[in-house]
Amino acid sequence: MSAKVPDKLYRLTGDDVASVGKGLYVVNTGLWRYQRPVTDPDLCKRCSACYMYCPVGCKLELNTHYDTNLDWCKGCGICAEVCPANAITMYEEVGEE
Amino acid sequence: MGKIDVLNGNKAAAWGAKLARVSLLAAYPITPQTPLVEYLATFVAEGEIDADLVEVESEHTALSVLQGGVFAGARTFTGTSSQGLALMYEPYIRTSTMRLPIVMALVTREVISPQTVWGGQQDAVTVREAGWIQIWCESNQEVLDTVVQAYKIAENKGVLLPVNVCYDGFSLSHMAERVEIPEQEKVDSFLPKPDITHVKLDPDKPMSVDPLTAGPMLTEFRHKQVTAMKYAKEVIEEVRQEWSQLFGRDHGGMVDVYRMEDADIAIVCMGSPAGTARVAIDEMRELGIKVGMVRIRVLRPFPVEEMQALLSGVKAIGTIDRNVSFAAGYGTSYLELRTAFGGKRMPPMIDFIGGLGGSDVTLEQIKQAIVITQYVANGGEYRDVTWFGLDEVDVDQLFDLEDQADQEVKEGIV
Repeated sequence: MSAKVPDKLYRLTGDDVASVGKGLYVVNTGLWRYQRPVTDPDLCKRCSACYMYCPVGCKLELNTHYDTNLDWCKGCGICAEVCPANAITMYEEVGEE
Repeated sequence: MGKIDVLNGNKAAAWGAKLARVSLLAAYPITPQTPLVEYLATFVAEGEIDADLVEVESEHTALSVLQGGVFAGARTFTGTSSQGLALMYEPYIRTSTMRLPIVMALVTREVISPQTVWGGQQDAVTVREAGWIQIWCESNQEVLDTVVQAYKIAENKGVLLPVNVCYDGFSLSHMAERVEIPEQEKVDSFLPKPDITHVKLDPDKPMSVDPLTAGPMLTEFRHKQVTAMKYAKEVIEEVRQEWSQLFGRDHGGMVDVYRMEDADIAIVCMGSPAGTARVAIDEMRELGIKVGMVRIRVLRPFPVEEMQALLSGVKAIGTIDRNVSFAAGYGTSYLELRTAFGGKRMPPMIDFIGGLGGSDVTLEQIKQAIVITQYVANGGEYRDVTWFGLDEVDVDQLFDLEDQADQEVKEGIV
């Protein structure tokens, strides 16, 4: 007994029968952000405090400093608050640039 | 040949779970499901079921535990009633949206308030839009057989939906009947091991289950759910055929039909009143009323095509409901039948509401319903909804006392 061929084309979900994500989210939560964290690589000591505290797990460890995956970052500002080196500044989002 | 025992509905359900080789159980006791939990616990304690039984602090947790079990590949079973179902509601919805093939005994009971512990069907009909398949049983044999069948339906790759095996609290759950218990090897040949892969806890291939999902994706998933529900009709029918070939028992597929071949009028009901209706139908046929029964075996998905095919040709339909719908003051099966016919022409239909809060649907009431339905078939006018115990049901006035045949029917129903 095989599954019936669906009469609709599922453009977004393909063969998945239920919502599963390969990452943490399937929704691009970065779209909700109105302020953006910007890290100064010269000030960052790579202590990883921002990485530990980020509630959505969107901090990226680079050779030079910790940066942010802006696809998921909601702009909550916790990383800027906890950074002991004051390397992260929150800037208001001004759109595509 | 299996063995024959005398089982109440709860024990029959526990036997079904045992024969299906469930590996994870979690349930919280609630009247009238409580003995089911006790039977399951006894089976586990005596090593008759090779399963983990998780003692939970609520129904919400019971179903949540099973969800985790399905992610890890387990075949799972639980049961509840009434307020327990209400407390379970949050994970209940997620079970169907995540397409988890969990089987749950729903030992139907009236819902509170007023405070009550007795039988009824209101708990189950209230959740009929939660995405679960609902199969309604008439006998304890059907309870046992349906629990096993339910896994085959639920775990089908084109279905992947949870199944409620509904049986009337007390009328079935606490009443003992002769039940044939099939042989384990035969059940094993019918029911293969579960193979659930769409959600899986696998450290090598991690996935987040049920993450935040935006509208356009949700729309597709909802459409897939509805499609699976429609497809389940075919699977239910196939499972019925296979079961009847292997075990020689047939409880019906989407519907169960009794003496409808030459019927002028039809009684439609659901659950335990169907057993009483069979007796009433036999007796009224002796008196010359050509009546048959269509039992709604599956309420979700609803047997739309089957109902149209079976009922379009009769002269009148009488539905008997142990529940109410707040849409228009009818019982659920009346409302669902109206919807099933949609704009199509259908015979006149009247509804009877009874058996609420543990009241019985008696033989005499069903006979009265048959006589009134026949009266409507003959062109008579009668109220749309009759509440047994509340409305005066005076069938005497429906008879022509000069007529000998009418006299006999009148004497036969008392």
